[in-house]
Amino acid sequence: MTKAELVERVANQINLTKKQTEVVVNTVFSSITESLAEGKKVELRGFGSFRIRQRNARVGRNPKSGQKVEVPSKKVPFFKAGKELRELVDKHEKAQEVES
Amino acid sequence: MNKVDLNGTLVKADIVDQVYEKVGFTRQEAVQAVEILFDEIKSELAHGNNVRISRFASFILREKKARNARNPKTGETIRIRPRTVLTFKPSKQLLDSTNQSSCDDNSDS
Repeated sequence: MTKAELVERVANQINLTKKQTEVVVNTVFSSITESLAEGKKVELRGFGSFRIRQRNARVGRNPKSGQKVEVPSKKVPFFKAGKELRELVDKHEKAQEVES
Repeated sequence: MNKVDLNGTLVKADIVDQVYEKVGFTRQEAVQAVEILFDEIKSELAHGNNVRISRFASFILREKKARNARNPKTGETIRIRPRTVLTFKPSKQLLDSTNQSSCDDNSDS
């Protein structure tokens, strides 16, 4: 599912135009993005949580040439699915899986 | 119970507030819109489909094979059944925005 499809599905369920729904969807994700950029955690009940993980600078290697490269430290957004979502996603698989 | 700021953590109510301020509808409608949004993502993932939100991130399902593992405490071998896990891949834009800010916080616990 893409963002456009998400907008469409949300719009179908509430009394909003597609344009308005698009603003809602964009607001939600930019709000999460901004919080993470400020180093804040985001916790969404029934869904999961987002936070920033610090990756230290390291010396990597170009796998082709073997040459050493400095990899700078960076902040990586990390998502942990909540229990409900984790089980929801796995249930699907269990239903299809036949015990062998 | 609104506007709870648990040490700067953004929660659903804060997102609802922002939606409420941005679009001209009632708070109740804003709550509903945000709820439906996350429910739709969940239901799509529950049906085994990946979700890609451009300029934000992708939620990707991965099949894990069954494997043997050990309880590190008891040394007991256990079988882990095949399962589906959810992975998160931030977009280039999201990575850029978390790395542009020059805030020097070393708050790691």
